[in-house]
Amino acid sequence: MTAFVLRRSLQSILVLFVMSLIVFAGVNLVGDPVDMLINPEADQQEIERVIKDLGLDRPVTEQYWYFLVNAFQGDLGKSFVFGEPALKLIVQRMPATFELALFSLLIAVVFGIPLGIYAGLKPASKVSRTIMAGSILGFSMPTFWVGIILIMFFSVHLGWLPSTGRGDVATVFGITSSIFTLDGLSHIFLPAFNLALFKLSSVIRLARAGTREIILQDYIKFARAKGLSEKRVINVHLLKNILIPIVTVIGLEFGSLIAFSTVTETVFAWPGMGKLIIEAIYNLDRPIIVAYLMIIVLIFVTLNLIVDITYSLLDPRVRIKGEG
Amino acid sequence: MPPILEVKNLQTHFFTKAGVLKAVDGVSFEIGAGEIIGLVGESGSGKSITGFSILGLVDEPGRVVGGQILFKGQDLTTLAPADMQKMRGSRIAMIFQDPMMTLNPVLRIETQMIEAIQTHDSSVGKDEARQRSRDALGLVGISSPEERMRAYPHQFSGGMRQRVSIAIAMLNRPDLIIADEPTTALDVTIQGQVIHEMQKLCKKTKTALLWITHDLAVVAGISNRICVMYAGRVVEQGPNEALIGNPMHPYTNGLLGSVPSQNRRGEPLQQIEGIVPSLLNLPVGCAFENRCGNALAECRQSAPDEVTMDDQRVLRCFNRVK
Repeated sequence: MTAFVLRRSLQSILVLFVMSLIVFAGVNLVGDPVDMLINPEADQQEIERVIKDLGLDRPVTEQYWYFLVNAFQGDLGKSFVFGEPALKLIVQRMPATFELALFSLLIAVVFGIPLGIYAGLKPASKVSRTIMAGSILGFSMPTFWVGIILIMFFSVHLGWLPSTGRGDVATVFGITSSIFTLDGLSHIFLPAFNLALFKLSSVIRLARAGTREIILQDYIKFARAKGLSEKRVINVHLLKNILIPIVTVIGLEFGSLIAFSTVTETVFAWPGMGKLIIEAIYNLDRPIIVAYLMIIVLIFVTLNLIVDITYSLLDPRVRIKGEG
Repeated sequence: MPPILEVKNLQTHFFTKAGVLKAVDGVSFEIGAGEIIGLVGESGSGKSITGFSILGLVDEPGRVVGGQILFKGQDLTTLAPADMQKMRGSRIAMIFQDPMMTLNPVLRIETQMIEAIQTHDSSVGKDEARQRSRDALGLVGISSPEERMRAYPHQFSGGMRQRVSIAIAMLNRPDLIIADEPTTALDVTIQGQVIHEMQKLCKKTKTALLWITHDLAVVAGISNRICVMYAGRVVEQGPNEALIGNPMHPYTNGLLGSVPSQNRRGEPLQQIEGIVPSLLNLPVGCAFENRCGNALAECRQSAPDEVTMDDQRVLRCFNRVK
């Protein structure tokens, strides 16, 4: 297990390095931040001073070298716009994005698994067909459009839920989050549902496919032959088996939940990392873009590792192989 | 003494899109306490479905559509699902064919055993249930059961897993065990052990055993009576010696002829030509008519009814082997 984690960590560093190369090359290809940052009325001297301050006068390779050296010391550069360390700005916004992503995941799992199991157990029923048709909609409707429709319906038309912002936050066990206050909860619900819709659909489909496969297995029939209640057969014998693929997919997709929360955060003006990156891209705030992407890569890599470990916890067959 | 189980004219049909599939169509037999009945037939003859019908575990789109299954005088076909569930695993247990597939791969052996006890008697504590499970494992010949309880199924060999399933089936001291080809997936040496073990346990606990198999040689050694099934019907049943020594139905005769024997060393084995007719489209007459060497004109026109012979044998044939 230790060797496995170590090997994976080394691989992760390599991935981070390659990613930094691509990102750095990428942001240097699109636009000139100087045009965006500098007051159009500034004189030539002023412009040159700013360029020099930002280090943009030096060749790209040298800029990259400085970036690498600093990155190893935990410094991913200063935001051109805010003049503050990029990492600090992102970390400040991180809790908002994480709570949104986690809440979405919760919605996806809590609703997705039971709905999927139901659809798998009664594939021919009208309810199941409705669930499956709904999941196709969830897959195919663009997130931003659904977000706007949600706002129009629940905020504008019905006036039940607020449409923007994070609401009140409270601190419990050292974690500051809006899910600890009623006002915060009312704020998080719409964006979280919006973000969850895609995941919800995939969890439903996975749970259904798993159920349809596992329910035919001999050990389910044997469990019934032992006289177990249908509840125990489904909640223990079936669920534990269908969880294996679901955990894999959910874990891997949690990264994409965070990465792609940009759209939802923009629609609902949610003060998270996603909104920050969108603004950074508008302003060509290179250090933020680079730092954000590096962090996202790091999150993906870490999640992969966690998924592999969880997987081995769920499936004893994998566990033994790892130990042997 | 009345029999433990009486199956009377059981009919289990599958309502598929292609039509009604008569998997079991008029099967009758009975089992007394401590008796072993062999239910023999080839694939698709309806022997497994007969077993599942008794347990009330026929999969969709199948349904028991006729007949009675009297268990200690109580008709299981009319039992409420909740009562049937109480029956399963406590009074009637089942052992499946493939030991690799019958234990849940992600649950410990102890979990799967303890739940089988506690689901039928919630007053049994966890420790007592664990104790009973451990004893059951010891009984079927698993060494150091204490440690093995904590293991997962994949840490056992096929033969060991089948012993675990047998132990689970015996946990609640059932009156009847339905064993659906319990030794087919095991290799021959293990087969012998498992058969011996089962026979011993059943004798000891007076448990009746319905042994479903395609292997006449297996049941010939252990059963009291044998039922031979063909295309959803019992074509011949009778006491072990009579049926093996003097088969009357041409199908039984053919089956016995296809078993290798010492006396016919070097000769080619006999085989029954042709295949089982489609259960969707059974002939009006005898289902075996197209493969039968003894077929008469009347075999094509109507199916023979069950006739009870002098030696307690029940036969469905117009022109028996003489």
